[in-house]
Amino acid sequence: MDDILLLEAVERYLAGDMQPEEKAWFEQLRENTPEVDQLVVEHKLFLHQMNNYAGTKALKNALHDSHNRLLERGEINDGKPVSTGGKVIQLFHRYKRVTAIAASIAGLVAITISGMVAYFAPNASRQQLQMLGTEMAKLKKNQQYQNDKLRAVESKIPAEATLTGGGSGFLIDPKGYIITNAHVIGNSNFAAVVNHKGEEYKARIVSIDADKDLAILKIDDADFTSLTTLPYTLQKKSTDLGETVFTLGYPRNEIVYNQGYLSAKTGLSRNGVDADSNTCQIAIDVNRGNSGGPVFNSNGELVGIISTKQLEATGVVFAVKTKTLYQMVERLKDSDTSVAHLKLPYGKSSIRNAQRTQQIQKLEPYVFMVKAYTR
Amino acid sequence: MKADTNEQLLLRGLAHNDSKAIDTLYKENFGMVQAFILNNNGTYDDARDIFQEAMITLYEKARSESFVLTCQIKTYVYSVCRRLWLKRLQQMGRYVTASDSLEETVPVEDDVEIQEKKNQEFLIMDRALGSLGEPCKSLLEAFYLQKKGMLEIADSFGYTNADNAKNQKYKCLMRLKKLFFAQYNIGE
Repeated sequence: MDDILLLEAVERYLAGDMQPEEKAWFEQLRENTPEVDQLVVEHKLFLHQMNNYAGTKALKNALHDSHNRLLERGEINDGKPVSTGGKVIQLFHRYKRVTAIAASIAGLVAITISGMVAYFAPNASRQQLQMLGTEMAKLKKNQQYQNDKLRAVESKIPAEATLTGGGSGFLIDPKGYIITNAHVIGNSNFAAVVNHKGEEYKARIVSIDADKDLAILKIDDADFTSLTTLPYTLQKKSTDLGETVFTLGYPRNEIVYNQGYLSAKTGLSRNGVDADSNTCQIAIDVNRGNSGGPVFNSNGELVGIISTKQLEATGVVFAVKTKTLYQMVERLKDSDTSVAHLKLPYGKSSIRNAQRTQQIQKLEPYVFMVKAYTR
Repeated sequence: MKADTNEQLLLRGLAHNDSKAIDTLYKENFGMVQAFILNNNGTYDDARDIFQEAMITLYEKARSESFVLTCQIKTYVYSVCRRLWLKRLQQMGRYVTASDSLEETVPVEDDVEIQEKKNQEFLIMDRALGSLGEPCKSLLEAFYLQKKGMLEIADSFGYTNADNAKNQKYKCLMRLKKLFFAQYNIGE
């Protein structure tokens, strides 16, 4: 019982509830009795711990209540289902941000890349790519005729006739003689030519030399009025390397001008190895449909006739030399009297001192689109 | 200046366990801490634990008379939470290089360490009380925690008089002290 009273006294003393006399007496007791002193110190510590415990415990409860209260009011957000959910769901919740970010980045990258591909890819149409495909297939043949794409154009040609080829051509005699490539005509029965204004004339095939790749046509149409003299002439001396040349032709339905230079005095024969003295090499950008087009030098003299281009190289074009044309015409005149009056233009070209644009203007009416038909 | 006064009032409220102050502090700071924990591989439960621990740390600081608030409450709470969480991640063996936060932080290492010791003491007391058994636990809690008078306790627990209750309380207290100091001294 003494112990109980003593502890009570200690608690009252520590709480400061003692009267002054009692306090003085108790402090005296503390000083005289080490056991009591020890008890007071120990109990003080204990009460301090107890107080801390009480305070913290109360706060913990308060925090817990506060959390639930705010949760109910929706003022804080707590993924409550998470804690009761399975491990997989917890993991999902834990990593869903990372996953979402990763997915977003992946999506963004995919969109960006496809966008960039779409943006930077050449705007080539499917059709053009296919054309390229067919050209690749023909790569084995080192050289290739620049046949025009077959074009269906309303014409004077009988409906039952089928278009077999096309290219360019030009007058060598104002009476209506036109030179083109033999491969443009092929095995056709007759041809039609269209001038730069879109006027179409029927033409018959006068002569074909497949070996030289030259063909002579004669416009045979009542609508055709003989032109006066040609503005250009045939070049007599040989062309120098590096000399600027230009061509006019119909790779499209419209006349197209292109410029280049003479790269070599001989061309390559069709096996791609031997030199061919009938042709020369020109560095120029031409396309299918330019075949049979004239090649002029800057004096407006005919240097050659565009014939073929090398597929695996760019800007390697072969043109039939004027000399070859001359030889062919002369031979033809000997064998066929009907062409005896064909007179090749020699001398000085009338456009030799003109500006290039004026030269082209003058030349345009003499360059034709050639279309070959079979019945 | 007004904001500072407000914060002082909040801290005083917290020190006196005022539920309004606690609600305000909770509302203003929990979201930020939660975002931090969730962004650093934590769960909602982790966020709650860490935040409440930080609040207790703040409470201890607010209770001590020497405490002077040298920064915003927000900054302090964030710093403590950050420290606590990184420590916990390390304990879990998950070494995480904490993303350099945009939030301002203040050094809180000492506070966190002191608080850890206090947590230990709290746990010792909690365990001691827990292993005491009824009615001792409730009796002592009524006297020391809820600060009820002996008469009231005798009444509510059904003792015939306050002396009997006192007698019982003494026995319980002796047992609790024995349990507590056994752990407490080992802890030291």
